[in-house]
Amino acid sequence: MSQQRTLPGDDVPVVLSVQGTHGPIVHAMSAEAARRDVVPGARVVDVQAIHPDLHVEQADTQGDRALLERVVMWARRWCPWTVRDREDGILMDITGAAHLFGGEARMLRDIGQRFRMQGLSARLAVAPTRGAAQMLARYGGGGVICEADDVEVALAPLPVEALRIDRDTVRLLQRLGLKTVGRLMEVPRVALMRRFDRMAAEVNPLVLLDRALGRAGDPLNAPEDAVRWLARVRLPEPVIDPEPHLEALAADLCRQLARAEQGARRLRLTIYRVDGEWRSRDVALASSSREAAHLVRLMAGKLEGIDPGFGFDLLTLEALAVEPLALHQDHLDGSRDAGKDVAALLDRLTAKLGPEKVTWSAWCESHVPERVEGRVAALAGDARAAPALVKERPLRLLEPAEEIAVLYAVPEGPPARFRWRRVAYLTARFEGPERIAPEWWRDRPGTRLRDYYKVEAGDGRRFWLFREGVLGDGRGSDPRWFMQGIFA
Amino acid sequence: MTDSLAGDSSGAVFGGPDNFAGGKVISLATKRLLQDVPRPDAGDAVLRDVVSGAPFDGAVTGFVLSCLPDSEAPVLWVSDRMARRENGRLYGPALAQFGFRGQVLRVEVSHPRDVLWAMEEGAACAGLSAVVGEIHGAPEVLSFTATKRLALRSEQAGVPVWLIRSGDHGALSAARERWRISSLASDTHPWNAAAPGAPVWEAELFRARGRAPGTWEARHEPATGGRAHRLGLLSRSGDGQVAQDREPAADLAR
Repeated sequence: MSQQRTLPGDDVPVVLSVQGTHGPIVHAMSAEAARRDVVPGARVVDVQAIHPDLHVEQADTQGDRALLERVVMWARRWCPWTVRDREDGILMDITGAAHLFGGEARMLRDIGQRFRMQGLSARLAVAPTRGAAQMLARYGGGGVICEADDVEVALAPLPVEALRIDRDTVRLLQRLGLKTVGRLMEVPRVALMRRFDRMAAEVNPLVLLDRALGRAGDPLNAPEDAVRWLARVRLPEPVIDPEPHLEALAADLCRQLARAEQGARRLRLTIYRVDGEWRSRDVALASSSREAAHLVRLMAGKLEGIDPGFGFDLLTLEALAVEPLALHQDHLDGSRDAGKDVAALLDRLTAKLGPEKVTWSAWCESHVPERVEGRVAALAGDARAAPALVKERPLRLLEPAEEIAVLYAVPEGPPARFRWRRVAYLTARFEGPERIAPEWWRDRPGTRLRDYYKVEAGDGRRFWLFREGVLGDGRGSDPRWFMQGIFA
Repeated sequence: MTDSLAGDSSGAVFGGPDNFAGGKVISLATKRLLQDVPRPDAGDAVLRDVVSGAPFDGAVTGFVLSCLPDSEAPVLWVSDRMARRENGRLYGPALAQFGFRGQVLRVEVSHPRDVLWAMEEGAACAGLSAVVGEIHGAPEVLSFTATKRLALRSEQAGVPVWLIRSGDHGALSAARERWRISSLASDTHPWNAAAPGAPVWEAELFRARGRAPGTWEARHEPATGGRAHRLGLLSRSGDGQVAQDREPAADLAR
């Protein structure tokens, strides 16, 4: 759903909406909307009533979060520990890293600049504790650098909401006249403790204040760097054909995977061309594998259309997705496991023909013949046994059913003579009807029932015909006849 | 009428000086008859060609299904677009009627070239119980060489390969056995004289390696107590030996 649309100009308020309990509510808004006092959480219909020129867009919260996760990892260019802070912040522990950029001020300028280059606006603050840093970034002025001795002074003028306590607590504190963090700090602790001692630590204003001031510990727990499974070949001269290098790449990658007891599920081969462009090919596997020969075979089939341009001098083979794969001996006599053979076959077929062409059957509980059997990509699903049959069914099914011309029909019976694909058939024997009613929970209103007949033609061929509807069912004119299947 | 020779392994009693020393006399007619009954359901890994005697005939599919090995391993079923349009898609729920227990891995491509490629890949994979390919008409890629490659692959890996050809009668093929199947009037329905009963096919083996061709009346015999499902063949060659055909053991003892 990546639609390219022109957004209205700066003078039109824009809000992003999410679904609330009672209809859509404002999730985020543009600067113009903020200037007109639109607040997050307000109902969109109310805001629209006040500002008729309001422009509303759906918020993509999952996309935002995914972007933020990526930016968190990108921010490790400045320091090794970064972590996402709720839905809209990044916490970075720059202890011991700032001097690499020439001090905190220059580092802050660098961060701001690089975020702007990405098209993102960022509010930055540096503080001795993470609580203080997030409060200053969200509620203080831009680019604040707060020294260890100034924390209390810097936090004092901020409103109590900056502590990120819930709305009820904010209201309670405001009723008590404690509107800023400074006022909260002045109140004797004993009196406040009595009121807030039952609250959980994450929403307790006193605990949060202690953390912000550095009186309580609040360490940063950053996620590990993702491991990249990557093999690369650097070439002294640009070449055109990647194929001779595949084997070495695959062997290198498989060695890395074997050391960690992992197997690859998705692979990407990338060539870096001398003109600065790059091209890549992806391959998926049915089951995790670190067999170099198998990976080479899969990749070799995908290289046909890859455009090497004027040559490339670097190529990489990366395992995008891996799964644990322990060492495993199939049989003592060295023969291979049959299931593994099939998995390798699925890989090869899917890699060449595409996932929608190589399928298992997926079953659906239905009486309508063409609905019973669906398809599921062989790499995505498992093979399942077919449901038990109640009635005899044809071996081959025509999709869609083909209309036949009835030359002569017995009333309340099958056609005695009919024409299908320009050939006339004479009915010798027949069985039926088997009535299959439309499924009201799935079919459109007005769908007609079907009466199925198994018909044997004079020369022994057996067909499955149905009449759609009965005369006078009030769902259309004369019923039509269709050919749907061929029996053995 | 439904007695068959397909499952009786009686090859050991023939030939060799021992039998003569034991005083057994075997008429030539019986010998010919017994040896000539092919056993396509034995699952030996060769390439077999099946052509349809009449267009839009499901008999071919039924015949091939009856011959597939009794196994739970998956079957690779490859078809091109024209074959699916002409004869319809294979309908999964009906396979159990022919004693099929495994899973069908379908490969549905548009060009016969891809069918042959997928069949070759499948024929090299010992994890499959069989490979079945369907090609309509006589496309250029389905040459003698292509079938020869398939035959060699199949024999190498030990996977039986069936090639169903519709809308084509005389093209060259390197298949070890070539069958032509058409429908016959079905058996009498046990409860309804006006209804078609169990299917009966005419199976003509018109080319085979190391075996005389012949024509049989074929039908699927469902599994009964201890015996797997199989294909029953009844001679229609016209040499009048149906009585011996039914009682081979008695005939041999004479």
